[in-house]
Amino acid sequence: MATFRFREPSIIPGFRLTFGFTIFYLMVIVIIPIAGLFLKTFELDWQAFYPIISGPRFLAALKLSFGASLLAAMFNAVIGVLVAWVLVRYEFPGRRALDAMVDLPFALPTAVAGISLASIYSPNGWIGSLFAPFGIKIAYTPLGIWIALVFIGLPFVVRSVQPVLQDFSKEIEEASATLGASRPQTISRVMLPALLPAILTGFSLAFARAVGEYGSVIFIAGNLPRQTEILPLLIVFRLEEFNYAAAAAIAAVMLVASFIILLAINLIQVWSQRRFGNG
Amino acid sequence: MADAALHPARPEAASAFRSPVTEPLGFRVFAIGVTVLLMALFLLLPLAAVFVEAFRFGLDKYLEVFKNPDAIGAIKLTLLVAAIAVPCNLIFGIAAAWSIAKYRFPGRAFLISLIDLPFSVSPVVAGLVYILLLGSNSAIGSWLLQDFGIRVIFAVPGVVLATIFVTFPFIARELIPLMEDQGNGDEEAAISLGASGWQAFWYVTLPNVKWALLYGVLLCNARAMGEFGAVAVLSGKLRGETVTMPLQVELFYNEYMTVAAFSLASVLAGLALVTLVVKSWLEWRYADQLATGARTH
Repeated sequence: MATFRFREPSIIPGFRLTFGFTIFYLMVIVIIPIAGLFLKTFELDWQAFYPIISGPRFLAALKLSFGASLLAAMFNAVIGVLVAWVLVRYEFPGRRALDAMVDLPFALPTAVAGISLASIYSPNGWIGSLFAPFGIKIAYTPLGIWIALVFIGLPFVVRSVQPVLQDFSKEIEEASATLGASRPQTISRVMLPALLPAILTGFSLAFARAVGEYGSVIFIAGNLPRQTEILPLLIVFRLEEFNYAAAAAIAAVMLVASFIILLAINLIQVWSQRRFGNG
Repeated sequence: MADAALHPARPEAASAFRSPVTEPLGFRVFAIGVTVLLMALFLLLPLAAVFVEAFRFGLDKYLEVFKNPDAIGAIKLTLLVAAIAVPCNLIFGIAAAWSIAKYRFPGRAFLISLIDLPFSVSPVVAGLVYILLLGSNSAIGSWLLQDFGIRVIFAVPGVVLATIFVTFPFIARELIPLMEDQGNGDEEAAISLGASGWQAFWYVTLPNVKWALLYGVLLCNARAMGEFGAVAVLSGKLRGETVTMPLQVELFYNEYMTVAAFSLASVLAGLALVTLVVKSWLEWRYADQLATGARTH
């Protein structure tokens, strides 16, 4: 008697209990609330939806959020590779401490990072006061937002690249050197292509995090409409006006963007596993 | 001995030899210098600023915040929220890891992606989805409020829910890859020797994954106590009632009570430091008993 089996047979008990609970909890905490957001957005007809996503304030926030996040993630991709390289390849006193420090932005609550960055980069702060005499303002400008986004995105590229670099076999580098490549050639033509999937993964994660970031940005941003107002803050303002439909519409746009980024990450990983055998 | 005879030492050649698979010393020193400088500028400086600002006017001023009733309420609420959210996600993490790692069924990869979903949702959006679902003008929200008198939004349950959402994947994603690596052999042996499912879990699986479990709990707790965006949207900021420590930091800061803000922030920064130290210790001491691969939270 051939019956359909959802899962492959196993003598280990508890599948129904754990699988059932997993699905139930996932539904209640994550899936149903997010589905509700899209339902709320679909309640709007096009005539109501279009003005929300075409208003100058929304477009300015969209441009700022995605633009600053992109620039921060790009900067993080470059210094992330450098930091990962130094931590994996070089021996020096304090390396382990430095390695642990990389995770600080994950561990430090965003509000704490936010007020701290704002105080450092404000015109009378430690770094802000160095630039103030030249008329350069950092806090309360897009530059300040960029700095906060660099801070919270820093670990992503480092932590994506580190394990790949750790496992990179020395033989390949030796073969490249034996065949006459200079060290810069080996690094740029042999090693960087192999690291590229990991760099892209870290870049996407840093970018996705930066687009949604709220706590560390709002203190340093200044929050002027159309100038230094990020998308998540716009959602908060709409919520405070009890304009739930507009808040939901903006959030839906952001969520779709996040889903696309998440999909891209997965595709990169599938592609890289096929191409290089690691992620 | 024979080796030495075949290859007589040539000190001048040895000193001129440079490994083809590393960079010149000058470059190495430069790269290390740039890295240390960048890390100091972007990571160490913000951390140091918290403590410097907190102690700017001395220890007495620093300690004043811990007599402030609002701050005390915030500390208590933060502990309460973490004490609910972390165990909830712990139970979920174990159940999810057991069902995903111990069995083969279609859609496993998709399920793992869904579990990671909260990481790619903006904290503000995480708060918003619960307002839409459970707010007083939604169907469920008005039912809870009118028939049971339970307020979820702008009350403590909302704060707890938001925290559970943003810390949702932490423990599951530490356990799933590790339990997959470990395979089913140990549990199958225990069960064929007559152990019940609970016994196999309690005496075999749990000891195998205990350090990864602790690792996940550590990260989950750090985020639970430090979450700002999602909680800010859902709390309504009723002083002494629905304000957690990060929110109280914001309230102090916006009222220009800078020392109080940074003093309270220093407690959270201390928590972050302890988290980092324990995390590094676990990674160093029990590297083989934690999930391998990229750690990107």
